[in-house]
Amino acid sequence: MLNGIPINFYIMLSAVLFIIGAVGVMARRNAIIIFMCIELMLNAVNLLLVAFSTLHNDASGQVFVFFIMAVAAAEVAVGLAILSMVYRNFKTIDIDLLSRLKN
Amino acid sequence: MKGLFIISALGILAMLAEIFKFKKLLYPIVLVGILAAYVTNFMEWGQNNMSITMFNNMIHFNDMSLAFSGVILITAFFWFILANDYFEQDHVTDHFALVLFALVGALMLTSFRNMTTLFLGIEILSIPMYVLAASRKRDLASNEAGFKYLIMGSFASGFLLFGIALIYGATGSFDLMTIRSFISHANGDLPSFFYAGVLMVLVAMLFKVSAAPFHFWAPDVYEGSPTVITALMSTIVKTAAFAAFMQLFIIIFGGVSQSWSMVLAVVIALSLVVSNITAVSQQSVKRMLAYSSISHAAFMLMAILANTRNFGSINAILYYSLAYSIGSIAAFTVLYNVSKAKNSSNFEAFNGLGKRHPFMAACMVIAMLSLAGIPITAGFFAKYFVFSVLIGTSFKWLIILAILTSAVGVYYYFKVIIAMYFKEEEIHEEVTMETSHVLLLVLTTLFTIALGIVPNYVIEIFS
Repeated sequence: MLNGIPINFYIMLSAVLFIIGAVGVMARRNAIIIFMCIELMLNAVNLLLVAFSTLHNDASGQVFVFFIMAVAAAEVAVGLAILSMVYRNFKTIDIDLLSRLKN
Repeated sequence: MKGLFIISALGILAMLAEIFKFKKLLYPIVLVGILAAYVTNFMEWGQNNMSITMFNNMIHFNDMSLAFSGVILITAFFWFILANDYFEQDHVTDHFALVLFALVGALMLTSFRNMTTLFLGIEILSIPMYVLAASRKRDLASNEAGFKYLIMGSFASGFLLFGIALIYGATGSFDLMTIRSFISHANGDLPSFFYAGVLMVLVAMLFKVSAAPFHFWAPDVYEGSPTVITALMSTIVKTAAFAAFMQLFIIIFGGVSQSWSMVLAVVIALSLVVSNITAVSQQSVKRMLAYSSISHAAFMLMAILANTRNFGSINAILYYSLAYSIGSIAAFTVLYNVSKAKNSSNFEAFNGLGKRHPFMAACMVIAMLSLAGIPITAGFFAKYFVFSVLIGTSFKWLIILAILTSAVGVYYYFKVIIAMYFKEEEIHEEVTMETSHVLLLVLTTLFTIALGIVPNYVIEIFS
């Protein structure tokens, strides 16, 4: 129990957020929206980690959240750089058009 | 352990080279530095009773991590010889720094003792690889490869993190040894979301090692990236990912193997069938090697599935990753030189190579035989040792499937050999090779044969 709410509720909330993100990555075609969906997946994890951290009275879960935030920022920095390069060459960020390598 | 520091320092030095203008010196410095890291790594070997831990037990070097670090460092040394051209284009120092930081991540993956360092290791390895895959800025295929790699990589990281969070929720710790003792004390009385967490970590790791059905990104990424970066991905990244996979699933989650072994068996069967059948119809040797790397991943997963108590699996994975890395480096060296001269990496580019360049063709034959698993090369014993650990388990049917699909594999590896010796080339274009690449081919070929003749030196490394 956390503040009178059972831990399972937290798990379900983050699982739902995570699934929304995962479905978004697979279903959406716009690259920016895909990045946002990946962020949503990572933030679902952050929420879960903070909930467990409070449940266990253990600070290491919250420290892990900082690691995730820092790494996610690095990943998005690289991602947006690649994306802007892709846009310069392809003039689109629709990932369906990025399929030259399929045979 | 000192190797980790040496490589990190080299990465920082590479970035400083741009400011202090010693770009020309950087290549020899990096080669010497990697050799130095290898030597210190070797000197720390065998001091098992004083294994080194750092950062609050987050990184832990024992003989096993030193052995895998050794494989990674020796492959890295060979790779830098192969990739000398790559470092003569623009953004030299950036490329050096990215590769070196990816190596730091790879070394962390051999030695992590905490979920934090697992996550950081994977990301430190992956993020530079995304940039390197897309490093040919004007090349549309390279753009696409980098982009796909990035999306799939961060998608997999999301799964890994969700798995880690669930395991943390069940056990209350990120420390691997605490998790292990928690599992053995719980006697199967674990919350159901713990098993969900283990499966999510499994899925994420399968993404990273590109096993079917999570392999769909790999052929596109391998084909689109610059050839030397493909060589880096299929050797060092794969070895590091397997070192991590093995630590997690043999040592830590070995106690709950009933929850994941069936899933893993199905994944292996799928990877063997899908990769070998699709590889047959490929036109490009580079893409064929991508599919072949999926089937090699399946073989290494079989050793993890066997999960033997007496180091048998670890020895088999170590030998397999060494044999596969060295064989791949040789194959990619020939492929790189041929595709540079002919501007194509299709099978036709190899036509007539046996007559014009008998040495290069002979090295390619040895590499292909090793990858196919034909005796007296390292690849044969690699597969043999995997079978020998798996034969004692209830998954014997996988061995039969593996042998059948390997027979299909022989066909597409021999397509290269047939092109080289039995087909005439239409337009003659001279394939030139630098002296350093000739030396590299001699070294890797001798290494492959030596590993095949005296496999005991590696296979009995842990007992």
